[in-house]
Amino acid sequence: MSFLVWSLVLLSLALTGLGVCVGSTGFENLIGPLLHPNIDPAKTAMAQQIVGQIRLPRTLGAWAAGALLGLAGAVAQGLFRNPLADPYLLGSASGASLGVALTLAVLGGGAGMLGGSMMNGGTAVSVFSGSVLVRLGLTGAAFVGAVLAVLLTLALSKGVQHTLRLLLAGVVVGVVLGAATQMVLLFSPDSLQAMQAFMLGSTAFVGWAACALMAGIWVLCMSVGGLLGRVLDGLSLGEATAHSLGLPLGSLRIALVAVLALATGTAVAQTGLIAFVGLAAPHLVRSVIKTTHGRLMLLASLMGGALLMAADTLARWLIAPQELPVGVLTAVLGGGYLLWLMHRNSRGFAGGAQ
Amino acid sequence: MISATHSIAVKASGIRASIGNTEILHDISLSLPQGRWTSIVGPNGAGKSTLLKVLAGLLPHTGRVQLLGHDLHSLPHRTRARQLAWLGQNESSGDDLTVWDVALLGRLPHQDWLAAPSAKDFAAAELALKSTQAWDWRARSLGQLSGGERQRVLLARALAVQAQVLLMDEPLANLDPPHQADWLGVVRCLLETGVTVVSVLHEISMALHADELVIMAAGRITHQGACADAATHRALEAVFDKRITIHPLANQWVALPN
Repeated sequence: MSFLVWSLVLLSLALTGLGVCVGSTGFENLIGPLLHPNIDPAKTAMAQQIVGQIRLPRTLGAWAAGALLGLAGAVAQGLFRNPLADPYLLGSASGASLGVALTLAVLGGGAGMLGGSMMNGGTAVSVFSGSVLVRLGLTGAAFVGAVLAVLLTLALSKGVQHTLRLLLAGVVVGVVLGAATQMVLLFSPDSLQAMQAFMLGSTAFVGWAACALMAGIWVLCMSVGGLLGRVLDGLSLGEATAHSLGLPLGSLRIALVAVLALATGTAVAQTGLIAFVGLAAPHLVRSVIKTTHGRLMLLASLMGGALLMAADTLARWLIAPQELPVGVLTAVLGGGYLLWLMHRNSRGFAGGAQ
Repeated sequence: MISATHSIAVKASGIRASIGNTEILHDISLSLPQGRWTSIVGPNGAGKSTLLKVLAGLLPHTGRVQLLGHDLHSLPHRTRARQLAWLGQNESSGDDLTVWDVALLGRLPHQDWLAAPSAKDFAAAELALKSTQAWDWRARSLGQLSGGERQRVLLARALAVQAQVLLMDEPLANLDPPHQADWLGVVRCLLETGVTVVSVLHEISMALHADELVIMAAGRITHQGACADAATHRALEAVFDKRITIHPLANQWVALPN
């Protein structure tokens, strides 16, 4: 346990260093001006801005988003007792992106897109905006969207008692809300291009405000999740056993769904739709160590953070000086991982859903 | 406090329960004496497991169940869970938990929300695992165990609750004969400390070790009586269409196919 925690922390630190160095302005062009500020003050200021205002927040933001998704994945897999559950189930991710799309469409999302809005300090409502208020607003919209989508899913599945019905309702809600998002974009072409980048998933728009927000929500979700870990342990022995242990399953499930929606919504609002991190992180942890859900949540968080950070660095480096949307990269890598997982122990998944 | 000889631990009256649109239990009433071991037997589909779930408060039903003199429904969840432990069959597995974690889960009803398990909880989990000979694998995960080993861990989980009433559904599933004998030993120890034991059993000869037998068929109780009674034996033979006969053997009763 502690070995895994430390190696993940060290890995994350190493990736932070690497993430700061990788980008269109190479490491060699940054280190000189940073170490010798007297030679060319203008260059130094530029280098400081690149590192301090762009690369560091987005690298740390990638970690925080990955950590939120990993945590949400651990909660989802425990809550639905299905190793293939991921935080995007229950329509939470599509609800979140619909919330963001609506906000952009209503508030004029086109302004200052795909350009210097971050640099010129404007507060145009945009997925690229670094303003705290805009970040909070987008996160709020994503959270409200995620919660409403989850409530819709719960209403369709008539509660949380039947896992299969719940998962099916989640799929339906996901598809319908995804279509609704496309409709919104169709009628507000201004925000189309920005939303597209957003829906592919990218850490490019993460600034310090987004970072701080994700970190705060992570601490909150982790604390609540830690308290509810034993509930998930009880649930893993079966619904009736958990009930016989005196756990008030109804209200506890609502609390867990809220944690799931909050963590997912927050991550989606800052980084867009990044697939498979929430699915893969708990899996990778479980392939190394078998443990209780409380610890699994922490480890899956650390794993998710390291994973997304690594993927983000890779996405920036692969076709430098251009960069891939990290969501595309995780979708490809994660899809491959999932296929391999299913191939390796196809037997293990048969009994998961009830 | 006021305990007459064999006061009632669990009392059910007018129980009806359905799964889907099918009524499984039709108007069942029974009383289970405190500190005694009652076995529920009957053919497949008689509603034995359903009845056990109703008695444990795990299934919606009409009628009334009382646990140690209190209405089961009016008891707070945790209070009920401290007084009554239930061991199910074919529940999903929790493969990732270690044996030790599973046993500790039995202590959940005794723990406050924010509190870590106390020394008493650790002691109870250790005692339970030792009594089912599962202590040696405490660091292994449930997924690594065989069916019988897993059953002993789940039994330990139920024992760790240290409840006054213990309901067990097919506790002998997957257990080899030596461990079935061990299970009998565990039950006898519980009875000595005044615990009420209720078990659903398919092995009729094992069920006949109990104090009382409840015989069920088609969602009704056809007979309830002492295991040693000839009338109970006749009812047992009748419910299995006279395909078995109860014979005395070495101060015990065994059921043999005809």
